[in-house]
Amino acid sequence: MTIAATSPSAALPHPIIVWIAQLRAWVFLIILVVFFEVWARLSDGSSFILNGYNLQSILVFATAPLLLALGQTFVIISSGIDLSLGFVMGLSSVIAAHASNYFAARWGFPPFAAMVAAILSGTLVALAPGLVNGLLIARLQIPPFIGTLGMYGVARGAAYLFAGGMTIAIDNEWYAAIGNGRIFGVPVLVILTAIACLVMHYLLSQTRFGQHTYALGASKAAANRAGIDIKGLTVKLYLLSAVMAGIAGALYTGRFTAGAAQAGEPLLLDSIAAVVIGGASLFGGSGTIWGTIAGALVIAVIQYGLVFINVEPFWQFIAVGAVIIVSVLVDQTQRRLMGGRQVE
Amino acid sequence: MNDGEPILSVRNVSKAFGAVQALNRVSFDVFPGEVVALAGDNGAGKSTIIKAISGVFHHDEGDILLGGKPIKFATPHEARASGIETIYQDLALADNLSIGENIFLGREPKRRLLGVLPILDRTKMAVAAKETMASLDFHVTRLEAPVAAFSGGQRQAIAIGRAIFWNARLVIMDEPTAALGVPEQRRVLALIKSLRGQGKGVIFISHNLRDIFEVADEIVVFRRGENSGKRKPSQTTPDEIVKLMVGN
Repeated sequence: MTIAATSPSAALPHPIIVWIAQLRAWVFLIILVVFFEVWARLSDGSSFILNGYNLQSILVFATAPLLLALGQTFVIISSGIDLSLGFVMGLSSVIAAHASNYFAARWGFPPFAAMVAAILSGTLVALAPGLVNGLLIARLQIPPFIGTLGMYGVARGAAYLFAGGMTIAIDNEWYAAIGNGRIFGVPVLVILTAIACLVMHYLLSQTRFGQHTYALGASKAAANRAGIDIKGLTVKLYLLSAVMAGIAGALYTGRFTAGAAQAGEPLLLDSIAAVVIGGASLFGGSGTIWGTIAGALVIAVIQYGLVFINVEPFWQFIAVGAVIIVSVLVDQTQRRLMGGRQVE
Repeated sequence: MNDGEPILSVRNVSKAFGAVQALNRVSFDVFPGEVVALAGDNGAGKSTIIKAISGVFHHDEGDILLGGKPIKFATPHEARASGIETIYQDLALADNLSIGENIFLGREPKRRLLGVLPILDRTKMAVAAKETMASLDFHVTRLEAPVAAFSGGQRQAIAIGRAIFWNARLVIMDEPTAALGVPEQRRVLALIKSLRGQGKGVIFISHNLRDIFEVADEIVVFRRGENSGKRKPSQTTPDEIVKLMVGN
């Protein structure tokens, strides 16, 4: 007896349908943009998205939550979560501001060198909470939710202590230019974030590191059987997400020419929301950088668009919250329809 | 069939957990192209002996010979590197990855994009998946599909395909048909025959005497950690095997 020629066609829809389903966050983004565009045309004949100012504002607005969400995407795919990112970003913002002032005043660094030193300091300081998160989760088997919640508190306290409870102003034209300048009319922050997106997409989709992250999220047993160093991988994942938060914090300091402990406070939930809206499962094993980018843009468009059409700002929270819930519902329905097994 | 050297020889192997004698002087051989079924009640020692063979733990006394050389693996990874593949019921597949990605998990091939940037070689993975699965009479049309999209028997075939691709000489299957419906059970039995046809040694643990009689070349019966008998299916009956399993 032989096994009949079989294919999973009964369980799996056409590749184009799978592809569209994976891109649903982009579809949703387009619908939102069209909605606000029509609204703008009908109300006062202006344009929402073809207006360079609006477009730039939305993109710049999306950079910080997106940088956090890029690292969060890896962590969530591995079936973890990083709740410490917001205050790691704040800590990095404060340290970067201090470093900028210190290197210039104490060691007489010229502005460009002081900026580089500041961004490096802000980014590198994030390695500490990332390493601790990773070791707690990998070595001591603390659940990611608890370990990073603890680090949320530690990083928060450290950020406020280093800041002395204040915002730390900087005076460095190079650093300010990183946060507010343009190259060929494109904001530097947007260019840097786009580069980060490309690098993260490469890491996730084209390297063993990314491949193993997916495997870990789907099945620890499978990853272990394949000889993957699960502990080392886990530490790397939390280091990566912390470093992305560090970069976000260091860039925040340039954008607002000040370091602030609360820089990332409202962005943590946005980062998780962006990943989920982008199609990742909080149970791990699925998600893409392209989806996360769309998710971050959806949030930015909702927040900016509602202000644009003069809706009371508090509605933003309700709208984003509703979108998160709807995304998860759509995701669950889609998984059922696609024949994929529900998460055990 | 039993000419030549056995792939695996188990010689008087004993293992105790504290006061419990889990295995007591157990012996059997597995030859190339032979399917050996281990039969026995729960706790008879079937799982203990395969764990000793596959490197999960060490036996206390006796010898386990692979290709004539005594082995004592420190980890399951070492056993796998020596060509002993154990397929447990959970199959240890990453459901979100394709067949090729599962076969190569942990050993992914790479190529260089434009001669510079190293990227995963998905074409190579897909080709290997297609060829390996075809050798098991399993013709996959959607190589990019995640393993989750396949049925239980197909997933079993994928786990076996992974073992074959990496040149397993001995495949150990722990209750491979237990969680499957009848048509799927038939497929898995066909897979086992296909492994035999490729000259692999197969150790097959099952509670199901019908399955055992259909595929096994040799039935090794366990009772309370001891060999209570060895029979060829053609020279015995299910009743006799049951008697050997439960005693008189």
